[in-house]
Amino acid sequence: MDNNRILEMRGINKSFPGVKALQNVDFTLNKGEIHALMGENGAGKSTLIKVLTGVYSKDSGTINLGDKNNVSIRSPQSAQNLGISTVYQEITLCPNLTVAENIYIGRGSSQITNWKKMNTDADKLLQKLDIPARATQQLASCSIAVQQMVAIARAVDMDCKVLILDEPTSSLDEQEVEKLFGLMRDLKALGVGIIFVTHFLDQVYEVCDKITVLRDGQFVGEYEIKDLPRVKLVATMLGKEMDDLSDIKGEQGTYSGENKDERVFEAKELQSDAGIKPFDFYIKKGEVNGFTGLLGSGRSECVRAIFGADRVLKGKVKMHGKEVKISKPLDAMKNGIAYLPEDRKVDGIIGDLSVRDNIIMALQVLKGFFRPFSKKQAEAFADEYIKKLNIKTASSDTPIKSLSGGNQQKVILARWLLMHPEYLILDEPTRGIDVGTKVDIQKLVLELASEGMSVTFISSETDEMLRTCSRLVVMRDRKVVGELTGDDLTQSKIMSTIAGGE
Amino acid sequence: MSKKKLIKGNLFNRMSDTNLLLIITVVIFFLMYIGAIIFQGGGFTKPQMLFNILNSNAALIITACGMSIVMISGGIDISVGGVVALVSMSCAVYLDFHNGSIIGSFLIALAIGLAYGIVQGLLVAYLDIQPFIVSLAGMFFARGMTTIINTKPFNVENNQAFLNLKQTRITVPGMGSYNRKGIYVPAYIEIGVVVALVLVIILFLVLRYTKLGRSFYAVGGNKQSALMLGINVKRTKFFSHLICSTLAGIGGYVYFLHVGSGSASHAMGMEMNAIASSIIGGTMLSGGVGNIIGTLFGVLSLSTIQNIVSSAGLDQAWWTGITIAAMLCIFLLIQSVVMRQRKRALKS
Repeated sequence: MDNNRILEMRGINKSFPGVKALQNVDFTLNKGEIHALMGENGAGKSTLIKVLTGVYSKDSGTINLGDKNNVSIRSPQSAQNLGISTVYQEITLCPNLTVAENIYIGRGSSQITNWKKMNTDADKLLQKLDIPARATQQLASCSIAVQQMVAIARAVDMDCKVLILDEPTSSLDEQEVEKLFGLMRDLKALGVGIIFVTHFLDQVYEVCDKITVLRDGQFVGEYEIKDLPRVKLVATMLGKEMDDLSDIKGEQGTYSGENKDERVFEAKELQSDAGIKPFDFYIKKGEVNGFTGLLGSGRSECVRAIFGADRVLKGKVKMHGKEVKISKPLDAMKNGIAYLPEDRKVDGIIGDLSVRDNIIMALQVLKGFFRPFSKKQAEAFADEYIKKLNIKTASSDTPIKSLSGGNQQKVILARWLLMHPEYLILDEPTRGIDVGTKVDIQKLVLELASEGMSVTFISSETDEMLRTCSRLVVMRDRKVVGELTGDDLTQSKIMSTIAGGE
Repeated sequence: MSKKKLIKGNLFNRMSDTNLLLIITVVIFFLMYIGAIIFQGGGFTKPQMLFNILNSNAALIITACGMSIVMISGGIDISVGGVVALVSMSCAVYLDFHNGSIIGSFLIALAIGLAYGIVQGLLVAYLDIQPFIVSLAGMFFARGMTTIINTKPFNVENNQAFLNLKQTRITVPGMGSYNRKGIYVPAYIEIGVVVALVLVIILFLVLRYTKLGRSFYAVGGNKQSALMLGINVKRTKFFSHLICSTLAGIGGYVYFLHVGSGSASHAMGMEMNAIASSIIGGTMLSGGVGNIIGTLFGVLSLSTIQNIVSSAGLDQAWWTGITIAAMLCIFLLIQSVVMRQRKRALKS
C-alpha cells in the first residue's frame, strides 16, 4: 500500500492576514489515481494547490513525495523538479512566445536552445495529443482552448509523477473536455497521480476515483467515488443537507408592477466589430432572458455590443422607446445598463484596490472623480453589500486579489447592484464558482427581476439558464438562430435549435 | 470553437510579433536611406556617410542594445547616459592626470558598469522597486559623481597610447571614393564600431539561443506566467539590468574613445535616444517583444534622420528634435496599425 503512495500531505496550515486559509489539512494521492479536490469557493482548494506547487510556503505541516520524506517546495521550479506539474484555470503561459517555447521553456538544464529539435519534438507532441496548433506559431494566435491544451501538453511532457489540473475545463467545449479526459485516462494508466479540481459535478463522476472534500479551510473527508453520491457530495461541501436545487423559480414571484410590457431596452440590426452578424433584441421590464449557444457562438459578443464594450458598427438602440446612442460603456452606464463581464481578471477587478474601492468604483465614475464619496459613506455602501451578498472577506479594506474567485465575482456584482441599474447584464456570473454560490446568484437574479429590474443572463450550463430565464435567444456561429419561450424552454429543444436543421 | 479553423493564415499572420516589427524597421530604414541618396545625393551616395554614422553612434548602438534587453524583460533603465558620462570622466582623469594604461582605463569602465548593474539589479529584482525610480536615482548619482570627479570639461592630451588608439582607423577595402581633386580617400571605421557590431552579434545570439535570453522574453511577456513556467524571474530581471549597465560601461568607453574628453555634460539625453532607438527598432515598451538587430537598425534610422536634417541645411537642434519626434510617432503608428490589423485577422 505504502509503495503505491506518491504524495502525502499531513497537517498543512497556512494563514493570511486575517484569514486562516488552511487548518490542519491532509491529502493523500496514490499512483494511477484521479483524485478530485472539491469544496466551495474559499474552502482552500487553490491555497492547498499553491502550497503544493511552491507558490505559497506553508506555515506548518509535512509533505512526503514517494519515498522522500518531508520535502520542501520553495518555488514552482522546485515543484517541477520534484515531478509536480500544474495546469491552472487561467492560462499561465507567455503569449509572446511560440507554442514550442511555451512547452519547453524553464525546463532542463541546457543553457542553449536548440530550435530545430525543440520544434520537431513539439510538433510530435502536439500531434500525439491531437492538439490543433503548430510548434512555431505564436501562442497569442491560438484560441484560449488551444492555449489551455498547450499548457496540458507541457505538463504531460514533463514526465511528472503528480499532475494537478486546477479547473482546466472551464474554457473548453464538450469535445475538448472529452479529449482531455482521454488524455487523463492514458496518464492514469501510466501511473501518474492526478489531482483534479473542478466545479462540474458530472466531470468528477466521469473520470475520478476518489474525492477529498475541504470546507472553510478544513479537511472534511476522503471518499471513494462510489460511496459518495452526488447529492451527498453537495451536502458535504456545503456542510448542510441540501434539497433539490432545481426548483427555485417558483419561490420568487414574477414582476407584476406598472409598465409590465414596456420594452426597457431594444436594439435593431446591432453589429459590433467583434465579428457577430447584426441582431435584433429587446427586453421587457422585470424580465429575465438569456443568450445561449455553444462556447464561441457569439453570446458574449452580443451583450458586449449592447453595453458598448466593443466598437459598435451599426444599429439602432432604444431605451424606453426613445432612441439613444451607446458607443462606449460610460454611455451605457448613464442609461442605467450594468454589465458583469465574463473574464473578471481582464475586465472586472482591480486587484490591488480594496474590496470597498472595487465596490464603489462604478458609482464613483458616474458621480465624477472630483467628488469622492466620504469614507463613511463608502464604508456603509461596502458593508451593506458585503452582508447582502455574503462576501467572505477579512474586512472591506482587504485587497480584492486575496479573495477567492467566487467572492471576487460577488464583489463585482455588488459594484453594479450599487448603481441600481434598470437593466443588468450578467455574462457567465457563475463560472468557476461553487454550487452554493451559484444558487445564491440565481436566486438573487430572480429576486431582482421580481423587483422590476431587467436581467440578461448568460451561462454555459443550460439547466441554470432554464432555471432562471423566461426567454432564451439561441445563437449559432455568431448569428441569432432562434428564440424560445414558455413550453419550448427545455433542454432538448435548446439542443435541437443550437444544432440546427431538422 | 471549430477545430480546423485554428491553423490558418498567411505568412503575415504566422510571423511572431518580434519578427514582424523587425522587418518593418529594416524596410523603413532602407527606404529612408535610398530616399536620401536619390533626393539629397551628396554625401549619402558615398559609403563613408554610412560609416560616419556608425563611427559617431557606436556607443549609442551598444547602450541601446542594453536598453532593449531591459525593455524586453519589461523594465527600463534611464541611467545609461549618466553612466556613459561617468565612465568618460573617470577614464579621462585616470589617463590624463595619472597617465594610466589603456587596459586600466577599460577595466575602470567595466567596473563602473558592473557596479551599476549589480546595485540597480538587486534593487529592482530583489527589493521589487520600480526600475524607473531606481535608474532615475542612478542617473542623478552618475551625473553628480561626474561633476565631483572634475568640474571642468577637458580633453585627454597627455597620454600618447590613448591618442594613438583614438586615431586608429580601420580601412574598409573597396568602399573608398575620390574627392574633388581626384584623390582616392579610403573608407574607414573606428575601433568602437567593431566592438559595437561584435556585441550586436553576441547579444543577438544570446537572446535567440540561450535559456537566459528566452527568459527575458518570457518575463517581459507575462511575469506571473514565467514564474509558473519555472523561470527564476528575479534572477532574470537582475541579469537584464546587469547586462544593460555593463553595456552602458562598455558603451561609455567607446564614447570616450570617440570624443577623447571628459565632461559632465557628455551623453546628455543618451538614455532617451537609446529608448527611442529601441522603440523604432521594434522593441515594445510593454515588454516581451523586441530584437537586437532591430535595435541596430533603430539607431541607424535615428541618426540617418539626423543627418538628412542637417545636410538639408536645417542644422539646428530643435529641427532634429522635431523630426525625431515625428519619426517616432510615425513608427509607433505603423506598429500599432499593423498589430491591430493582425489581431483582427486572427480574430475572424
